[in-house]
Amino acid sequence: CQPHPGSFQEELVIRPLHSGDIYASFQFRTLWDTDFLQEGQKKVSHYRLFPKSLGQVLSKFSVQELHISFTQGFWRTMQWGQPFIPSPPGAELWVWFHDTVSDVDGNWKELTNVLSGIFCASLNFIDMTNTVQPSASFKPLGLGNATDHRFLRYATLPREIVCTENLTPWKKLLPCGSKAGLAVLMKSEKLFHSSFHSQAVHIRPICQQCTSKAWELRQTLNVVFDHYTSGQGKKEWSLFKMFSRTLTEACPLASSSKVYVDITDNPELFELSPATPLLSQAVVLGDRRTYSVYDLTRAETFGQLRSFNLLLRWKGDSGDMLRPLLHAERYVAGFGLQTGEIHTVIYNNHPYRAFPVLLMDSVPWYLQLYIHTLTVTSKSRDNKPSYIHYQPAKDRHRPHLLEMLIQLPPHSMTEVTVQFERALLKWTEYTPDPNHGFYVGSSVVSALVPSMVAMSTNFTQDQPLFSSFVPVKEESSYFVRVYTEPLLVNLPTPDFSMPYNVICLTCTVVAVGYGSFYNLLTRTFQVDEPSPPLAKRLANFIRRIRGVPLLA
Amino acid sequence: MSHDFLQMHLKAVISCLLIFLYKVHTTKAGQFFSSGHTNNWAVLVCTSRFWFNYRHVANTLSVYRSVKRLGIPDSHIVLMLADDMACNYRNPKPATVFSHKNMELNVYGDDVEVDYRGYEVTVENFLRVLTGRLPPSTPRSKRLLSDDRSNILIYLTGHGGNGFLKFQDSEEISNMELADAFEQMWQKRRYNELLFIIDTCQGASMYERFYSPNLMALASSQVGEDSLSHQPDLAIGVHLMDKYTFYLLEFLEEVHPASQANMNDLFKVCPQSQCVSTPGHRTDLFQRDPGSVLITDFFGSVRKVEITKDTINLTSPVEPPIQRSGSGDIQIESLTYVDQLPVAEIIHQKPKQKDWHPPDGFILGLWTLILLVFFQTYGIKHLKHIF
Repeated sequence: CQPHPGSFQEELVIRPLHSGDIYASFQFRTLWDTDFLQEGQKKVSHYRLFPKSLGQVLSKFSVQELHISFTQGFWRTMQWGQPFIPSPPGAELWVWFHDTVSDVDGNWKELTNVLSGIFCASLNFIDMTNTVQPSASFKPLGLGNATDHRFLRYATLPREIVCTENLTPWKKLLPCGSKAGLAVLMKSEKLFHSSFHSQAVHIRPICQQCTSKAWELRQTLNVVFDHYTSGQGKKEWSLFKMFSRTLTEACPLASSSKVYVDITDNPELFELSPATPLLSQAVVLGDRRTYSVYDLTRAETFGQLRSFNLLLRWKGDSGDMLRPLLHAERYVAGFGLQTGEIHTVIYNNHPYRAFPVLLMDSVPWYLQLYIHTLTVTSKSRDNKPSYIHYQPAKDRHRPHLLEMLIQLPPHSMTEVTVQFERALLKWTEYTPDPNHGFYVGSSVVSALVPSMVAMSTNFTQDQPLFSSFVPVKEESSYFVRVYTEPLLVNLPTPDFSMPYNVICLTCTVVAVGYGSFYNLLTRTFQVDEPSPPLAKRLANFIRRIRGVPLLA
Repeated sequence: MSHDFLQMHLKAVISCLLIFLYKVHTTKAGQFFSSGHTNNWAVLVCTSRFWFNYRHVANTLSVYRSVKRLGIPDSHIVLMLADDMACNYRNPKPATVFSHKNMELNVYGDDVEVDYRGYEVTVENFLRVLTGRLPPSTPRSKRLLSDDRSNILIYLTGHGGNGFLKFQDSEEISNMELADAFEQMWQKRRYNELLFIIDTCQGASMYERFYSPNLMALASSQVGEDSLSHQPDLAIGVHLMDKYTFYLLEFLEEVHPASQANMNDLFKVCPQSQCVSTPGHRTDLFQRDPGSVLITDFFGSVRKVEITKDTINLTSPVEPPIQRSGSGDIQIESLTYVDQLPVAEIIHQKPKQKDWHPPDGFILGLWTLILLVFFQTYGIKHLKHIF
């Protein structure tokens, strides 16, 4: 009996924030040493840890990498720092196809439909009008030398709602489901009552000690709880308060199941119980952080009560956290319903280092951009990007794509502005609630930010999952992706009751005008004698008998 | 004479034999097939958008909950919700939809799969689901894969009027379209029996035009009457359920998978004293007597089990192919990760020239040539027409 080539690891990272809020990040990783796409090998039919629904999707559509995320809320970088796995509000899907695919667009269309069935989301609204092919952003996060951007597709649905119906199929993809391990903590009533909720699935090929290829499926769930709304105002958190559950056992199929608590700012920030002797240091996002580790595969973690509950209590008012080095904002300026201006502001908070960032903007076709008004200014001086890729929109066919490589001077604010004009849609193209507005997806800012601490470049099995998501090529910088706010833009909306009004008015005018005219032309008048009163009639009757002429 | 006597005798014998066989048939196998269906499907649609129509989503979710509880799996339920109430920003308790004031019963629950949501709930999609005429890439969970032995429950709720039902405040479906859709389903043998329940104002007008066989319909109000909502919740701020579905939910909570309650009990749900409107029903197109139709024939998925004592030989298992580990005869490609932001590579990336444009000045030169040839042929005197 061969040992099954594959493993499953789960972890939960809890990062207390200075404001009293708490950030919890779940990561579940399934590794599988097999090759879906290899020719000549018999079709894979035995799935153990890897979910069959995703495996069949990957092999049918020859997918090399798949990244899909569903997010509710916006990540506030200035208050919460950088997330482990960034994601934009709404739904985002980007896929690298294998280079043997001949019809990428057809595969993309079918893939979005299949995924909309798997995740109970309206991903079937992804079509050519909101799909782009970025030329420099979104390089593969897994193995591969595919750099031909014909095989990359990126789409985002900023309006997509995330609710329990998306969490239910997501939980069913885990080997233990939501019955054992860390996934028992995922109760939707608590998870959606938060400031930020993001669940994602990342599938990519990785190499194990770089001798063999393996498929990696990472399911991540990031949630930030606000201490006012979920915490009743108290700066005190426990697993029970956050998730209304405690942990009782690790997933039996997991080779490692750990809970990490970020204690770098301890003991000034908060106190943690139960104490644990296990400590771990990791360099993540350019910073060396210390973590308390709780290993759930050991029985002593659960203590006598067979249940594990963490308790974190904040002590007094703490200082501010470290300012993140890269931060971006976006807003719409202008007034009226005809023109407007999109402003994207990128902040470089590094005191002395300048670094390049890649800004990618995908604007729907109904906001017609005037690229000749594009300006990039840093410190009130013109900053010419070293690379610009612009693909203009085609009405009802494809959106605008603007990618620019901008060098950010140290300790500065860079502003990118472009003017646009709003288009008038056909009346059947409006959504049932057009007065809400139309969403424009987030801009993506990708950068290699210089790191204060040397990052480690070798990947080992024992490295915690949160620090091994993005492959690190050099020690002096780390890769970060920042998403801006999505925009909500009002288009000139017609009055949909006008057809009814016009019909009523026209019919009234026709009836009154034409009707009167017709009557005037065709009506004839006849003199009509009124019937005489009774007395006269009687008198006439008598006169007729007498044979005497009648009265008038 | 004797010939006729013989024939009559023969006929009597044959008829006796047939009656005997029929009796034998109905005892064992007959009971197995008496209801006529082998699988159950449900199509539950909420057609209203906006927060103040919370009650329509709660209506649909209550029926979804009952139908799931009585046994129909998610793969056989097509749930269409036109708007999201549970995770709406106005909901004081996110991820919940309540049917009772004081938040007693959360009909949304922890295990819900919505197949069509938001803008996908349109008249076209609804009719396509019913008739099965969906684009080929539609996933299975969004299809109604019923056959001629399926019992289907269709539940509609929303705002309606005399002869129409409003979808998302922007389009309507008329009773004639619905009747024609059911006729298409009948002709394509997509159902065995169909139960149609509608909870809208003037709901009875929607089933007036049905003409296909094996249809039973219930509505919450007659033509000219409005269906009323049940009770508001002051914490949430909207009405939570409609009266008819509220009492329907109460009735269904009593039903369990082995219950023998029949359709006549369902017709008695929510009399005028409770509902203010008069619920109506239509059974003339239905072949069986409503008293013999169990509630679980439509709301549940009761599967009959046949116990056997015979042994069955299974085929021998297929040997899985031996997985070749390592990179033996596979070409060893360099297994490296790609640079996430290769600045130098990006700057020197040549832009792809998709459209070929003629070189600058070419058009100008071409026009000059044309003019020169023209004046050479026809003489210089035409020049004055230009200048």
